[in-house]
Amino acid sequence: MKKLGLLFLVLCSAFAYAQTPEEKGLEIAVKADKRDNGFGDVASKMTMTLKNANGDESVREMRSKTLEMTGDGDKGLTIFDKPADIKGTAFLSFTHILDADDQWLYLPALKRVKRISSKNKSGPFMGSEFAFEDLSSREVEKYSYLYIKDEPVNGEDAFVIEVRPKYKYSGYTRSVVWISKEKYQPLKIVYYDRKNSLLKTMSVSDYQQYLGQYWRPNVMVMTNHQTKKETRLDFSDYQFKTGLTKRDFDKSSLKRAR
Amino acid sequence: MFKVKSCQLIACAFACVLLSTQLVAAEWSGYVAGEYRVFTQSPLDVKQQENSNLAFAAEPEFYHSWNDDKDSLLFTSFFRWDEHDEERSHVDIRELIWTHVAYDWELKLGVGKVFWGVTESQHLVDIINQSDLVENIDGEDKLGQPMVNLTLIKDWGVVELFVLPGFRERTFAGDSGRFRSIPAVDDHTEYESAAKDKRVDLAVRWTQTFDDWDVGLSHFYGTSREPRLIPSMPPNGLVLTPFYDVIHQTGIDVQATLDEWLWKLEVIHRSGQGETFNALTGGFEYTFVGVMDSNADLGVIAEYLYDDRDDSALVAFDNDLFVGARLAMNDAASSELLFGIISDIKTNARFYSIEASRRVGESWVLSVEGRFISNVESNKPLFTVHHDDVIQLELARHF
Repeated sequence: MKKLGLLFLVLCSAFAYAQTPEEKGLEIAVKADKRDNGFGDVASKMTMTLKNANGDESVREMRSKTLEMTGDGDKGLTIFDKPADIKGTAFLSFTHILDADDQWLYLPALKRVKRISSKNKSGPFMGSEFAFEDLSSREVEKYSYLYIKDEPVNGEDAFVIEVRPKYKYSGYTRSVVWISKEKYQPLKIVYYDRKNSLLKTMSVSDYQQYLGQYWRPNVMVMTNHQTKKETRLDFSDYQFKTGLTKRDFDKSSLKRAR
Repeated sequence: MFKVKSCQLIACAFACVLLSTQLVAAEWSGYVAGEYRVFTQSPLDVKQQENSNLAFAAEPEFYHSWNDDKDSLLFTSFFRWDEHDEERSHVDIRELIWTHVAYDWELKLGVGKVFWGVTESQHLVDIINQSDLVENIDGEDKLGQPMVNLTLIKDWGVVELFVLPGFRERTFAGDSGRFRSIPAVDDHTEYESAAKDKRVDLAVRWTQTFDDWDVGLSHFYGTSREPRLIPSMPPNGLVLTPFYDVIHQTGIDVQATLDEWLWKLEVIHRSGQGETFNALTGGFEYTFVGVMDSNADLGVIAEYLYDDRDDSALVAFDNDLFVGARLAMNDAASSELLFGIISDIKTNARFYSIEASRRVGESWVLSVEGRFISNVESNKPLFTVHHDDVIQLELARHF
């Protein structure tokens, strides 16, 4: 029996050694997903500061709520507070793993709920350097993975993996993601456009841990290398497990979102 | 100068109370705007104002919620001052409504605003609120409607029940205003219902989402929001008197969202207003995302407008095609452009519309609107406004 056990161990380590970069990449993604499982729901405030190549700034403020779904993508509701002319506008999305997302927009001046096409994944979010797909829920099955190497970011150990979207209408051929070995959250993402040219870099920082498990960043900075524009996203007031239900994410709640 | 009614006085009093109590949780927002219109042709009627017009508007909104946001109060008032048209200078309560939210139902009580429908060129199904037509001839501005509204949110759909006590008359341009019938619409109004504007109307609507399909089915029983205009001869000359029938209207609205295609259909069946009739708007919107390698989205819209009433003098769009384009730049200034033409398939009469807007700084929005009409036959409803081609500039400050 002991010999068999030893053989088993040797075989296992041989398999581990023979793990392909694809398998290792997927393993990291699955682990990152598992670490974040069970957050239930989360609400936060966001301030988005847009800066153009001349340094002119403009600010957007919004609040977002997310409901974790098992077996499907998460549900999200975003309410805009600033600029004042879009105050009260709200955006509801049901993300799906590979199918097109369902999205509704509420226009407060007309009291109108509009179902919109979700083909706009690659489009800019609120005129910023973030695309819709950069901010929507990252389901494991949405991408294929390739482990590249280990490389620290600002002294923090990280895996470097290449991620290719499997869903339709992405604006990227691929992105390269630095995932913290401690937190299993991204520290840096470099995006390549549809022509595989360097497009944007996102730095993610000031992580805090909530409920002893869930890491969330306070700052994301997206720099567009092609236009020299930059968007800084500051998060605050994270609240986990506030008891949100699917009723907080439907067309009726969209209409009275404030 | 202002036409002030008792409910509007209550609104003003209410606003004063709110201001004076200075509630800590009070949340104020809204806008003030200046508007300048240039008319490119002389008016058809000499009593109408000449070539330009200045106007101001304000829409302050107060919102307060309590009981963990399960209860809320929304108060939106509207003020318009117009240089020439005394009918367009007016005050309205757009909303003064209390909302209570429970897990699978919601109750609203007060003056509210509701939108139903999916199409872009006209809104057939949308019937709860009266159009504030003096604001804009596109009919998208609405007067507040008194209502009790119970909404049931179930797995098999959302049912909205409405009891609507009290009727709001449509607003029409005065003698000196543009965009009006000739002769002008009289102040005097007639109703089919003996209760006149005190009749209690009823409405119900069911909506459900089936994957890519959003479906709505509705029925309205009450005083028609759209009046018939009856020529009459009071002592001071020929006028048109609005006559409001009691109608039944059933409506269906459907949207299929299939990737970049939005397919839309609205159908209504109305009885009680002369001959029973059906009307329809149907078509699509196709969006080119990131057009020409830019961040901009270009939507192309086409809709067919149909109305089977025999008396075409009543109906502006009885057999018409709408073709339009919507350009969203997706830039920091939220620049947008909407352009459309509605053309009558038989007579070639055309109605052109263009709307463009962008944000200036953090809190200003500049918008331009143009409306042009060509080739209208003299027996059609749009004939009396065919000299009212207009270019409108608006600068609004939001707070």
